[in-house]
Amino acid sequence: MSRVLVAMSGGVDSAVSAALMKEQGHDVTGVTLKLWGGPQDQGCCSVSDVDDARRVAQQLDIDHFVFNYGEEFDRHVVGPYVDAHAVGLTPNPCIECNRHIKFDALVTRARKLGFDSVVTGHHARIVDTDKGLRLARGVDESKDQSYVLYMLTAADLSMLEFPVGEMTKSQVREIASRRGLRSATKPDSQDVCFITASEGRARFLSDRLELHSAEVVDVKGNELGSVDAVELVTIGQRRGLNLGGNADRTYAVQVDVRSRRVVAGSAEDLLSEEVSLSDHVWVDEPYIGRLQVQISAHGAQEPAYLTADGNVHWDDARRKVAPGQAVVFYRDDLVIGGATAV
Amino acid sequence: MKTAKVDRSVYLDCAASTPVRPEVLDAMLPYFTEHFGNPSGGHRMARSSRTAIDDAREICGHFLGFGPHEIVFTSGGTESDNLAIHGVCGADGVAICPETEHHAVLHPVEFHNGRLVKVSSTGDIDLEHLETLLDEEVSVLSVMLVNNESGKIIDLEPIAELRDRHAPQAMLHTDAVQAINWIDLVDASARADMLSISGHKFGGPKGSGVLAVRNHVGLAPQLLGGGQEAERRSGTHNTAGIVAIGVALQHLEKSRKSEIARLGILAERLATSLKEAMPSCSETIPQTERAAGLLQLVIEDIESEALLVLLEREGVMASAAASCASGAMDPSHVLAAMGMDRALAAGSLRLSLGWCTEEWEIEHAIEVIPRCVEQLRGES
Repeated sequence: MSRVLVAMSGGVDSAVSAALMKEQGHDVTGVTLKLWGGPQDQGCCSVSDVDDARRVAQQLDIDHFVFNYGEEFDRHVVGPYVDAHAVGLTPNPCIECNRHIKFDALVTRARKLGFDSVVTGHHARIVDTDKGLRLARGVDESKDQSYVLYMLTAADLSMLEFPVGEMTKSQVREIASRRGLRSATKPDSQDVCFITASEGRARFLSDRLELHSAEVVDVKGNELGSVDAVELVTIGQRRGLNLGGNADRTYAVQVDVRSRRVVAGSAEDLLSEEVSLSDHVWVDEPYIGRLQVQISAHGAQEPAYLTADGNVHWDDARRKVAPGQAVVFYRDDLVIGGATAV
Repeated sequence: MKTAKVDRSVYLDCAASTPVRPEVLDAMLPYFTEHFGNPSGGHRMARSSRTAIDDAREICGHFLGFGPHEIVFTSGGTESDNLAIHGVCGADGVAICPETEHHAVLHPVEFHNGRLVKVSSTGDIDLEHLETLLDEEVSVLSVMLVNNESGKIIDLEPIAELRDRHAPQAMLHTDAVQAINWIDLVDASARADMLSISGHKFGGPKGSGVLAVRNHVGLAPQLLGGGQEAERRSGTHNTAGIVAIGVALQHLEKSRKSEIARLGILAERLATSLKEAMPSCSETIPQTERAAGLLQLVIEDIESEALLVLLEREGVMASAAASCASGAMDPSHVLAAMGMDRALAAGSLRLSLGWCTEEWEIEHAIEVIPRCVEQLRGES
């Protein structure tokens, strides 16, 4: 028996994780993180989600705490999210939350409190290879979350467990409903937890950031129109460029916040053979060579070559990756590292 | 140091709530069953309830320094505070309170064009600042007698003097929810026009409180209905809770002096031993300026959220700052108002004693708390 801390979001995956750990005979404590004080629909930390997590903990007869990481969340997730938009990047706040809050602040505290491991409801697996622990894709490909966990090193993984990574989402829901867990039918959380559906990203950012209009030009520099907020335009975006007739086949292929300019072009103009990267993280040691690369949370992996200077070279040219996005490296179904597109 | 009595948790969170005294429970029980009649009714069974309420009203008036007709029974401290501030402010009144008030005062004050008075690093009201805020627009000034987080005792006299001089029309309210255990309210609140208490802080049940309101206060009711409590607070009386607050108050008054002495010694031993055992640990308010049994420490390089988890595992129940709606600990607005560095304030620990506190609990806490702090510091 070991002493485990289960991060309970109020959703079904972490509820089942807690139930399974308890059934395996561990000394289980639940914790819910209070991250965001502002309005939200649902997500990891609204009061109703804390209530759901607490009710599941009561049902399982385990201790449950709420840790307030609001200040850390502002500092490491919300602030950088806003700052990134200000310079034209497309950040991924869930990854920053995992990197700084769940798998740093929380794990550090769990260690201090004498817990042997931290358990979350992520759909990913931790496998023991001859080179040590590795993060692998979850069994349910459609729910796999290994992409947002790429920052976990072998040392981090030794402190973690992801019980539902070994099962499909329908198996998870079945386990929950068989045990009568109240979150069995709760819908999956979507989108960024601190942005509400009613107000949206534009409103959230405009409250915190000065947004600037920009001209939209074609690849030859001819003016096509304008957008209200260049900070909200992402490479590859089609909607919202205010281009009228050709909108369906025209994409943002370049966004220059400083000179307030968006270049619009065809799908071909969007293609690129290489992705320049920075801030690499390796599960173990750096790698050069052939691999599979994933560029969005639920995107497919594509074959590529990782060059000596740490950039991705696609086998076939692909749509550009928006700067700020995470690019994650796989071999077979194992994560070997990741980086941020520049 | 553990004694044979460690079969229940060490409870050092009496400022959050206390158990109902056995005598209080005994006094309450008949009013759930035998004397269940609605006290507003006209028949014999109603009258027996009514008699009990009238008795409780006299007891409360006597011990709070108000007349019996100046007692309004409420559902607790928060309702009493809200009734005092909303009831006096009306639509455009201005309310004032120090930044360190309980949220049950702070939020209603902010609602009424609130003006917040600064406090010093020792938790004292900045009287010069208060003076600049008092004018003819002010309807109510609310200042708590004992701070619920830090235990700081505030003298109402100089505050009342400033009120008299600069805003004589303003009503002075005091939240005495914590003070009641540690101070004779008849003297301390003699200058107050309104005073709030809550039963469960001194051996009564939750859901029973009092707002004492002097006759000259024009108080607009916030709950309209059957006109109970002389039209000041409608709603069927909580007979058992009202009986309980009266009995609890009688017991408190009988024992307050000896309990202050007993618990003061225990709290002092606790504070001294913990400061000796733990480097970089200090009291936010020195012993001579705080309530005898309400002690707040700040422990450097410690996050109280983590410390409380470890303490609970060792059977010690305590708290840090106020809890927010989710159950998480919010950073202390009291320590922030006192200008304390946020990182240091994050390591606050409130240890509060009450009628149920026994000596072995203090000994156990003295042994456990430094050990838990050492564990947290050792791993960082």
